[in-house]
Formats: sequence, C-alpha cells, structure tokens
Amino acid sequence: MSDKALFSAKNLQLLLGPLSKNNPVLVQILGICSALAVTAKLQPAIVMALSVTAVTAFSNVILSLLRNTIPNRIRIIVQLVVVAALVIIVDQVLKAFVYDISKQLSVFVGLIITNCIIMGRIEAFALANKPWPSLLDGIGNGLGYGLVLVTVAFFRELLGSGTLFGFNILNYDCVKAFGYQNNGLMILAPMALILIGLVIWFHRSRNKDLIEGK
Amino acid sequence: MNTQGNTYTFIYSIVLVVVVAAILAFVSLSLKPYQDENIRNEKRQNILSSARIESTAENSEKLFNETIKKQYILNYKGEVIGEDAFNVDIPTEGKKFQSAVKSDAKLAEALKTGTPLSTIESAALAAIKFPVFEAEINGEVKYILPMYGAGLWGPLWGYISLNADKNTVYGTLFDHKGETPGLGAEITTSKFENNFRGKTLFENGKLESIKVKKGGNATGMHEVDAISGGTITSNGVQTMLDNYFKCYEQFLKQQQ
Repeated sequence: MSDKALFSAKNLQLLLGPLSKNNPVLVQILGICSALAVTAKLQPAIVMALSVTAVTAFSNVILSLLRNTIPNRIRIIVQLVVVAALVIIVDQVLKAFVYDISKQLSVFVGLIITNCIIMGRIEAFALANKPWPSLLDGIGNGLGYGLVLVTVAFFRELLGSGTLFGFNILNYDCVKAFGYQNNGLMILAPMALILIGLVIWFHRSRNKDLIEGK
Repeated sequence: MNTQGNTYTFIYSIVLVVVVAAILAFVSLSLKPYQDENIRNEKRQNILSSARIESTAENSEKLFNETIKKQYILNYKGEVIGEDAFNVDIPTEGKKFQSAVKSDAKLAEALKTGTPLSTIESAALAAIKFPVFEAEINGEVKYILPMYGAGLWGPLWGYISLNADKNTVYGTLFDHKGETPGLGAEITTSKFENNFRGKTLFENGKLESIKVKKGGNATGMHEVDAISGGTITSNGVQTMLDNYFKCYEQFLKQQQ
C-alpha cells in the first residue's frame, strides 16, 4: 500500500463518517447505556471516550490481522476474548494512573466489553477488511461515540454543577443574583437521555437525508 | 490448511487463550506497584480526613508521616500486639470479625447485652487485629480507629478520630461499596459525618457508643441523626460503631 493511499478519500471517510453521518450513538443508537452513566462530569466522560476509542481501534486491528485464521464457528468467542483482554488492560492502566477517575467510572470500564459499538464494528467491518482501514474505522467510531459523550457531559456538568472539568463557571453570587440555580435534574440519568434526544434532533435537522420516510 | 476443522479449532482456541492469559498476567504484574500505591494513598487520605485534614493523592504520604506520630495494633483486650497498623488490611480483619460473631455464640450474646468483651474468652476474637493511629494535631493527640461493617448492599467502613480524652469524637469518615445513591450513600457526605463531631462515647465511665437516631431529634451527647430513607444503612453504621467501640473498650478506658 502506498503512502498516498493511506489517507485516500475512502479511508478518510472511514475515519470521519462515524463522527457525523454514520455516528454510532446518534444514527445507529448504540452504546447508549454508558452514555447515560458516565456523562455527569466532563473528565470521566473524556476518559471513557478515550478508553472506548482505544478498545475499538485495537480490537479492530487485532481481529483484522487474525481474520483469515479464525475458525468461523468460534469467531464470536475469539472476538470476545480479544475485546475482554483489551478492556482488562484499559481498566488496569486506569487504576494505575488515574485512580480517582477509574473509581468514578467504576463498573462502566468493565462494561465496555458489552458496548455494542465494539462488537458491531468487528463483525461488520474488521473481519472483512485489511488492518489499516480497520484501524481508521475503529478510531472513527470511538471518536464518534466520544463526541456525543463529551457534548452531553458538557451540558450536564455546566447546567447541573455549574462547573467544567471541576472549575467553577457559574457558581458566583453575581450569577445567582439573577435567580439562576444549578439544575439538579441534570446530574440524574434521565436528563442524559433527554439531552441525547435533543442532540439527535439537532443532528437530524441538519442532515435531512437521515430522516426516515413515513 | 483447513481452518474449519475440529483439530484446528481446538488448537486455535488453546493458543489464543494462553497468549491472552500471558499478556494479561504481564500487564497486571507490571502495573501492580502503581495500583497498590494508589490504594495506600487513598487509605492515607481517608485516615487524614477523619482527623479533619484535607489532602491530595500527591501530598498524602508527606502529611501522613508528619501527622501520624505513632501506630500500633491492639487485640480486643487492649493489649498491644504489633506495630505496623497501616499495613493491616481493614476489610480482612472486618470479615474475620463478622465470622467470629457468627461462630461464637458467647461473643454475639456479649455484643447484644453490652457485657464488656474483656470478661469473655474468645479465640476467634483474639486473632483479630485492631489498629490504632495516634495523630498529633496542633500539639494535641488524636486517636484514629478504623471500623468495618455491613450496609444494605455491601460493606461499609470508616475511621473515627477521638480527642485525647478518648471520649469525644473529633472527626469521622465513612465510605461504602455500593449503598443507594441519594439515600444510604449519604453517609459519605460531610452533613452526616459532621454530626458526629463533639459527641461523646462514655456516660459516667460506662460505654454508651453513639446512637444513630431516626426522626431528626438527635440532641443527646451520644446521638446523631440517621439518614432518612437509608434506614438499613444507618442501622449498619450503628452496628459497626457499637461493635467496634466494644472491641476498643479496654483501650479507650486506659488512663481515663
């Protein structure tokens, strides 16, 4: 493969498509569970987004490399073993280097293994494509997921706690003097669902071709 | 090569699993020192927090070494049996205590009736280590006692710091594995923890422990308000306090 082909239009589409037109959360409605759980604050949301990106990217590459050797009858199990191993590695690394955040994410790091995006990309893409496109596809889908997570977390932390990354943004007396108050509902999980709904609404209104016909 | 045959499938899965296991074992072993250090830092932060000292993961070791002047391990009769209190694993000792209460009817009876534990002989109880940390804050000695108990969904634990009189509570810290957020999990909030400050354990030389009381009318010197909606968690805290103050009773009565 020549260098020129590395970022050909088709490959670039693999990387950028999942950010918008083919977003795993907004269009395919996958990975909603963790999007609700870890988006109350920006920092854990970003760590979660990076973790998922790392897992989708590496699992796609590894399984793409193995794709011609995997016995078809046990292919799901092979995928699970690879994904589970990657998730455990991510979990161990988080516990070693960002202990506080890994405590906040608690079980949701382990639950990356059940994130439909990862198994979905392996089955739909990596098993039928070469490693390099698979890597781009994995990174693209991980970032597409992360983009939604960070957007939702931004609004939830700002309006719910009045902070961003834990820094004070709105908790000042001069803001409160106008009668503004942090909305406690934003911290709770239902608000994440409503926010994702609003993001999907906004996204579809900008991409009319995504709206299903009646 | 036939990649769909039985032999191939078997060999493939065996090789895959062995390779993955080896990689995971390597990762786990090489990251273990960092993870252990994080856990130790958290423990230091918790101990300091119960003595009302705020610390971060970075400065906790320095602050801990500056503040904690002495540490020792006691048995239930208040005799010193060891030095290295920090390395005593509180959950392990707590679980040993729970199984001792289950297996030893005399001990369970004594805890229920309030008989001083020093009057009974219990081999199971004698094997349990009760650590004490002696902190020096503004020239005053504080005693920090770790505790471990059971809540609604999982274990609870905490540290209680006492003034030099071994009677007045200076500060507390509680934590839990998985109590209900907004209800039982409220025991970790400063609102609940600060309730304990200034409460006393003894009444005329008799151990009263601290009562977690429902109804928002905890006014006595030995009473704190329970968490509304978190009854079982509050009861868990109550049992934990009662049991552990009993175990530390001999130590608390010394030089009073």
